[in-house]
Amino acid sequence: MAALSMRVNGIPVVADVEDRTLLVYFLRDQLRLTGTHIGCDTSQCGACVVHVNGRAVKSCTMFAAQADGTNVTTIEGLAADGRLHPVQEAFREHHGLQCGYCTPGMIMTAVDLIRRKPELDRPTIRAELEGNICRCTGYHNIVDAIEDAAKRMSAGGA
Amino acid sequence: MIPYPFAYRRARSLSEAQTIFAESSESKYLAGGQTLVPTMKMRLASPAQLIDISGIAELRTIEVDANAVVVGAGVKHADVAASREIRTAIPALAELAGMIGDPAVRHMGTIGGSVANNDPAADYPAAVLGLGATIKTDRRKITADLFFTGMFSTALEDGEIVTAVEFPIPEIAAYTKFPNPASRYALAGVFVARTPDAVRVAVTGAAPCVFRQPEMEAALGKAFRPDAIANIDIAPDRLNSDIHASAEYRAHLVAIMAKRAVAKALA
Repeated sequence: MAALSMRVNGIPVVADVEDRTLLVYFLRDQLRLTGTHIGCDTSQCGACVVHVNGRAVKSCTMFAAQADGTNVTTIEGLAADGRLHPVQEAFREHHGLQCGYCTPGMIMTAVDLIRRKPELDRPTIRAELEGNICRCTGYHNIVDAIEDAAKRMSAGGA
Repeated sequence: MIPYPFAYRRARSLSEAQTIFAESSESKYLAGGQTLVPTMKMRLASPAQLIDISGIAELRTIEVDANAVVVGAGVKHADVAASREIRTAIPALAELAGMIGDPAVRHMGTIGGSVANNDPAADYPAAVLGLGATIKTDRRKITADLFFTGMFSTALEDGEIVTAVEFPIPEIAAYTKFPNPASRYALAGVFVARTPDAVRVAVTGAAPCVFRQPEMEAALGKAFRPDAIANIDIAPDRLNSDIHASAEYRAHLVAIMAKRAVAKALA
């Protein structure tokens, strides 16, 4: 068993898990943070993307034990004081989703992308989404949402 | 998917990793895990113990001087891609690192893990062989030409740990790849580099193991131009055939990628 101690969405978490527990199962099954999804379970679709120490990673391809001592942020940790994160807001306004299954991963990837590259053009957004698969939207509104969110965040300092 | 049970241990130093390794006969080192974790989930690998070496600080440095770029084995692809020093010294290396997998994979995967795994379609082996790099381990130094020995196999001994890769700085270099649209692994990838002494051409993705293309190297040594290799046919005999591409198609792609790499190096 691995004794874990980490912060998840700012809250200290202590737990004992089997060594082979994947981070995504720890988040979903033990912490009941079911906003992080399991899509392909083979590191390709990106539905499971969370941030570990501020960087987007695929939580289906990491053991919970590897995240011991880190800060983990999930989709549940983005909204603050009852207000959506600007990327969440932009996805809502631009209808950047249909079924919504890929959306948590899309948004976590987008937040990380805007942090790394505040000045974004559409080809860059599309290239950076190569690890997140959406089977509904054709990506068009997702790209719109990320482009808009990046502009708002650079203007508003969010 | 859940892997078979195993014990997870974290090493804080190289010596601690070696000590833990010596305690169990079925250990494997875990770096970024972007290949090992999926392989374990598919139950194609089932080590009794994983020794996580990703937190070892001495493996996470990047050093650049006038002659070489030395990348610590634990450095993530994203950090090579973003390194100003590497972008200046060997832009093709930084660019290659930014073409591996996807952003989330690049945040975890490491250069040491990539070269130690030696996936036939991995990108880094092309740069390591194409630039004539030296692999440093906790025991010795191994030149690229002797390091990659076959499909998923290297000159590493049991328990040996890659600590860094030293890349000599070329005059010019470039990497082009034709990625599988789903996995982003190279169906064919070609790294070309010109130094004052020689031209090197390394091909990944096309065969069971990364390899050099001596005919192209000789032709480019005489004239470093795309048309210098326009008439060199790549024999499909030893290339891979699978659901993604036939050997003949891969042979065709190698020739195209090589020409494009030369053009890119000159641009």
